[in-house]
Amino acid sequence: MPAKSHRVLPGFGLALGYTLVYLSLLILLPLGGMILKTAELGFGQIMDIALGERSLAAFRVTFGASLLAAMINAFFGLIVAWILVRYSFPGKRFIDALVDLPFALPTAVAGITLATLYAGNGWLGRWIEPLGFKVAYTPWGIVVALTFVTLPFVVRTLQPVIEDIETEVEEAAASLGASRWQTFARVVFPALFPALLTGFALAFARAIGEFGSVIFIAGNIPLVSEILPLLIISKLEQYDVLGATALATVMLAISFVLLLSINLLQWWTANRHRNREPLEAAAGKAAAGLQ
Amino acid sequence: MKSNRATQEPRWVRYALLATGLGFLFLFLGLPLVAVFAEALAQGIPLYLEALREPDTRSAIWLTVLIALVVLPFNIVFGVSAAWAIAKFDFKGKSLLITLIDLPFAVSPVVAGLIFILLFGAQGFFGNWLSSHEIKIIFAVPGMILATLFITFPFIARELIPLMQAQGKEEEEAAVSLGASGWQMFWRVTLPNIKWGLLYGVILSNARAMGEFGAVSVVSGHIRGETNTLPLHVEILYNEYNAIGAFAAASILALLALVTLVAKTTVEWRMKKETEMLDSVLAPEKT
Repeated sequence: MPAKSHRVLPGFGLALGYTLVYLSLLILLPLGGMILKTAELGFGQIMDIALGERSLAAFRVTFGASLLAAMINAFFGLIVAWILVRYSFPGKRFIDALVDLPFALPTAVAGITLATLYAGNGWLGRWIEPLGFKVAYTPWGIVVALTFVTLPFVVRTLQPVIEDIETEVEEAAASLGASRWQTFARVVFPALFPALLTGFALAFARAIGEFGSVIFIAGNIPLVSEILPLLIISKLEQYDVLGATALATVMLAISFVLLLSINLLQWWTANRHRNREPLEAAAGKAAAGLQ
Repeated sequence: MKSNRATQEPRWVRYALLATGLGFLFLFLGLPLVAVFAEALAQGIPLYLEALREPDTRSAIWLTVLIALVVLPFNIVFGVSAAWAIAKFDFKGKSLLITLIDLPFAVSPVVAGLIFILLFGAQGFFGNWLSSHEIKIIFAVPGMILATLFITFPFIARELIPLMQAQGKEEEEAAVSLGASGWQMFWRVTLPNIKWGLLYGVILSNARAMGEFGAVSVVSGHIRGETNTLPLHVEILYNEYNAIGAFAAASILALLALVTLVAKTTVEWRMKKETEMLDSVLAPEKT
């Protein structure tokens, strides 16, 4: 008997070997190269680049706009997911499919279209600008572009969770005397919360790195509406490879932390999903809150 | 009546939620989609067709298709082998491997382009060796292929891993114990089981490969007629204030997005139908 007799299926060595070699060449080698390049700079120099006036402004714009866009999507995404699962209306399947448009539409197309829509003579800009509110070529334009690009995340993470909520629990809460709003706030929302947070985090992580859709509508004014990825490119174009690499490494570190927290969140969501007890207990809690 | 009230919002709340949600989708999805085609056709159909016939636009279309055709087979082979190893076997470091496969989703496209410049650019680690052998990777098509590979390789794997995990390994084990060779097992058992999931991943990864902008932009060098993909060409035309040309090229990409959505929805529908059929065959007494 061979030593590995417990593995009945063939191809483990080949499949894993190919996967590891491929990942090493395509991912680990280039990323390792980048970290080596950054190591040419000392920690102090990296911090000097990252904390320079222009970099700090870019960090502020990138994170601020990404946070706002993710918050807009958390709010409206919850409503969209709710009406797509719970309500019926004409054209629902078509609209459901359309939600994925931002994933399918190339970002450059989204960028030039949004810039044209919100420009002073565009379909939306001509109504907004007389009110004294400029979107195109300001930081607000970045928020609009990021909201478009990250729109599907919250909707798509919430939909299956809303589908899984058993209406019996809501009925139980209602029959115990909870109003519809109390049932939502104390039974439904707590059950949705981990998924909502996951969708929010996914949208935020994607928004931070986004480039194509933003640069057309942002105006790209240094210190005002210049995002981090664009700053990396402009450093590269000025042959400041080290500066670009330092910023990229900082971005990569942030992405990695975000990715880890998203994985933890998803694990949390899956766990809550498996234990049904908290949901039923919550139904009682909502009713108890009445007394 | 009572049970209905318990799980439904009051009528005015329902209408308010519908109006808010649909209004949001109209403003952020519907309007931009209509605007792409409206801008492309703003000066009439003849000028639109003329814009599409421009040689630079045509070569951009061909390069976009070429890159997708090169990238997709790599992604398919990687996706199937990674999913085979991860879904059917247990080994140490599996979750680390899954995180590594997720990494491109979290890395900015601009950073994805930059890492290849650091390796193969003029001042990169292999820069001297490459230039002495007269091999051009950066500001040429090979670099654009590498950047696209980096951005798109997770799609198929991420689709297949949960699918193959859910399917288990009994069917393959049965095939092998009945004397099937590895390839026979793969072609006759595994592939038919995963074909819709595989197609789904191919559709997603193709859409991203053809539409990628940031990563490709960093390594392309923007040479018209040579290293210009369709999304990059859209940028060039737009920055030259050639709105008709830019939106004509953009309308092709928007059509591609619509085809992607239709194909994706069809595959989702087929997958759902097949699992429902399987469930009713396996557990008829339950329903």
